[in-house]
Amino acid sequence: MTAGTGPTTNEPTTNGPTTNGPTTNGPTTNGPTTNGPTTNEAVPSGRPGSPAPGLRWVAGEPVKRTLGLVAVLVALLVVGAVTRPDIFGDTSKLWQNELTVLTLASAIGIVTVGMTFVMIGGGIDLSVGALLALASVWCTTVATQSYGVGGVIFSALAVGAGAGFVNGLLISYGRLVPFIATLAMMVAARGLAQKISGSRTQINHVSLINDLASEKILGVPYIVLVFAVVVALGWVLLNRTTFGRRTVAVGGNAEAARLAGINTRRHTVLLYALSGLCCGIAALVVVAQTTSGSNTNGDLYELNAIAAAIIGGTALAGGRGTIVGSLVGVLIFSQIANLFTVNNLPTETQRIVNGAIIVGAVLIQQFRLADLRRRPKLST
Amino acid sequence: MTSNDGLADDPLADDRPAGGDRPADDRPAGDDVVLRLAGVVKTFPGVRALDGVRLEVRAGEVHCLLGQNGAGKSTLIKVLSGVYRPDDGDIVWQGRHVHLANPQAAMKAGIATIYQELDLVDDLSVAENIYIGQEPHRAGFVRRGEMRRGAGEILTRLGHPEIPVGAEVGRLPAAAKQIVSMGRALSRDAKLLIMDEPSAVLAQDEVSNLFRVVRDLTAQGIAVIYISHRLEEVREIGDRVTVLKDGRTSAVNLDARSTPTRDLVSRMTGRTIEYVFPPRPPEPTRRGEPLLLVDRITRRGEFEDVSLTIHSGEIVGIAGLVGSGRSELLETIYGARRPDAGRVLSNGRPLRPGDVAAAVRAGLGMAPEERKSQALLLGEPVYRNITLATFRRFAAAGFTRSARERAAAAAVADGLQLRPRDVDRAVGTLSGGNQQKVVVGRWLLGDVSLLLLDEPTRGVDVGARAELYQMIRRLADDGVGILLVSSEVPEVLGLSDRVLVMREGRLVHQASAEELDEDSVLDLVMAGSLLEGDRV
Repeated sequence: MTAGTGPTTNEPTTNGPTTNGPTTNGPTTNGPTTNGPTTNEAVPSGRPGSPAPGLRWVAGEPVKRTLGLVAVLVALLVVGAVTRPDIFGDTSKLWQNELTVLTLASAIGIVTVGMTFVMIGGGIDLSVGALLALASVWCTTVATQSYGVGGVIFSALAVGAGAGFVNGLLISYGRLVPFIATLAMMVAARGLAQKISGSRTQINHVSLINDLASEKILGVPYIVLVFAVVVALGWVLLNRTTFGRRTVAVGGNAEAARLAGINTRRHTVLLYALSGLCCGIAALVVVAQTTSGSNTNGDLYELNAIAAAIIGGTALAGGRGTIVGSLVGVLIFSQIANLFTVNNLPTETQRIVNGAIIVGAVLIQQFRLADLRRRPKLST
Repeated sequence: MTSNDGLADDPLADDRPAGGDRPADDRPAGDDVVLRLAGVVKTFPGVRALDGVRLEVRAGEVHCLLGQNGAGKSTLIKVLSGVYRPDDGDIVWQGRHVHLANPQAAMKAGIATIYQELDLVDDLSVAENIYIGQEPHRAGFVRRGEMRRGAGEILTRLGHPEIPVGAEVGRLPAAAKQIVSMGRALSRDAKLLIMDEPSAVLAQDEVSNLFRVVRDLTAQGIAVIYISHRLEEVREIGDRVTVLKDGRTSAVNLDARSTPTRDLVSRMTGRTIEYVFPPRPPEPTRRGEPLLLVDRITRRGEFEDVSLTIHSGEIVGIAGLVGSGRSELLETIYGARRPDAGRVLSNGRPLRPGDVAAAVRAGLGMAPEERKSQALLLGEPVYRNITLATFRRFAAAGFTRSARERAAAAAVADGLQLRPRDVDRAVGTLSGGNQQKVVVGRWLLGDVSLLLLDEPTRGVDVGARAELYQMIRRLADDGVGILLVSSEVPEVLGLSDRVLVMREGRLVHQASAEELDEDSVLDLVMAGSLLEGDRV
């Protein structure tokens, strides 16, 4: 039995001599629970080459990247403090200002959560802005409003998810490239929104929806809470459910996922439906903020959401990305916009800065990954 | 062409010549030697792909390169064409030591390679493909007329003036594409043409046509390195033969026509690495009905009319060359490809064709051939790769349970002696052998009753091999049926209870592993020169 196991292990029966229980625990899991079940206290401890540093480094990579982004966010606040000390130096004014930032970030942030899922799953969704517009128009027609708040919410979510579902079917079963399928949906959905609304702004009279923006709980507008809930649910979905695991598998190596028995096509459909659902939620937020639905809503949201996800560390090729990273990405753009507003600077310059931020963030990440690849392949 | 150079039995790595100072070795006519390799070494993590290779090619000859899969032929080609840089050794090209830093340098030096997967641009015309990268031009404008004229001349020189220079390459048949690829080599004034199994994609009459072209080329003084698995081709077109085995030259400059087949085959086989196979159970453990019954399945162009059975506790090995349809067969059984005809029954119940998920539910598992592209999420931790097919079983109400997955994966890692035994590490940072353990280990979780293993030990070092072999045997002892595909005949013979030999999409022989030896299997696999065995 023990033939040929090599000279490195002289006690083949002793399990895992290198494992030192608690260090194998990822930084994200709290509590060592049932870790290292077979590790007994035999402690051979003969091996000097502990894998722990390498492990920490690899496991901590997304965390590090996110921390770097948070540092950028803090730096932006410092810039604010320098340029407008009257706002950023005063606690209550700062609080109000940051709530404004979060409010403005809500709709695009919700869209970005859906986009992050699609991108981790190896796709892209260019139709999100148009779907938001379509859902906002659909749920504010006179007919829909006559059904009351339930009708408005249902139609917004159903239109978004339904259109996303169509995207997914075209991509999965029609074998269209995601770029093409969602580009077509972007054009068509925007057109449909225009047709339904007659290019007019439709005032929303359902007060419960409008209250989402105007009413607050503990000083926080409801739509910011909606944003927070979507982000939290997104995080749980990605990190703690089989759905999330499948998403990473499908995007990271579709063939491997398929050969492991995962229904990659069905999952792809669900991912686009999820993105569409997020557009529907975002549409409600926009309707609440503007008390109206319009076919011009969500303009360029697809690009902003992709940009936020990318600087948050989501891989365009799929298989990698975090909800927290995307969230911080959205907040960075939102905070920059805020800084330009409070300093009365032109938005033209802001766009140039945004472009520079995207390039800078991606460049830094590529260098990080290059480091990762340069690490020696053989570990012992 | 009196080839009395003989066989090099001594380890070549030891007598590696220093520089080009070995005049005594050459015959007087040695000045027509265009290429000489000595002591070429190329290592990859965990594998020594080339371990002291020697090769001598003369102008105007067809030099055949023989060797089993994994003997290092492809690596050697890539070294010669500048794709890989050798770690050690001399390459003397036209009397000068050269370092082929990249493919462009090799091309410039006059070494052209025609890969099996032709590197043509399908959407460009024949003339554009021939002159790609070196279009005749004036002031930045391509001189199309001149290009067409030149291409026409080259095709005439190759004996194929009928190929239209303006045609889109993608529409040409495979044989014509090959001619275009050779035309490109000629347009660059190649002095050495390396052809990697050029006949694999050709029909019989096209092969003789190809041979005519090759003879024309050699008559013009161009040297050809010809790689083929088909011995009869080597006999027909070759002048001299060099045999590779396990990354070493096991014989140089044999006469292609007079060397007996036995000699050639035995040079390709034989042991240098000691494999440690676990003992077989005393008698075949066939219990009751077959676990898997494959009933005359066919995929056109890949394999035809294949039937086989696997019983519980049995290891069935398929021997065959790359391209004989082995991997395609496995993937079809597994539902990753849809058969054109025939059916697959698992425990007596037919499996839905083309549905992997159904196969997995029925208890099948597969470790695919390409672990990086088909099996692993390289950036994800080991435990998630191990549980990729089973994380749903660990989950509760859609929520994954990482702690339980880790524990289960850690137990698998222990059983496989994964090194480092750390299931949180990204799988991409492990060595090839350990990655392979993860791929196979995935199916130790859950209730796999039939495991399909495609090249389970490719790129795996000796020690890890022994562990994998033992694991496979243990699985069989536990009642799992195993279908094993391997290019390494000794592995198939040593590990399996029963062996199926596959050639060109058909099962040509079936026998108990004890009844076969490596030479007879290789004969079956390679030629058809020997009488075929019983159809399965």
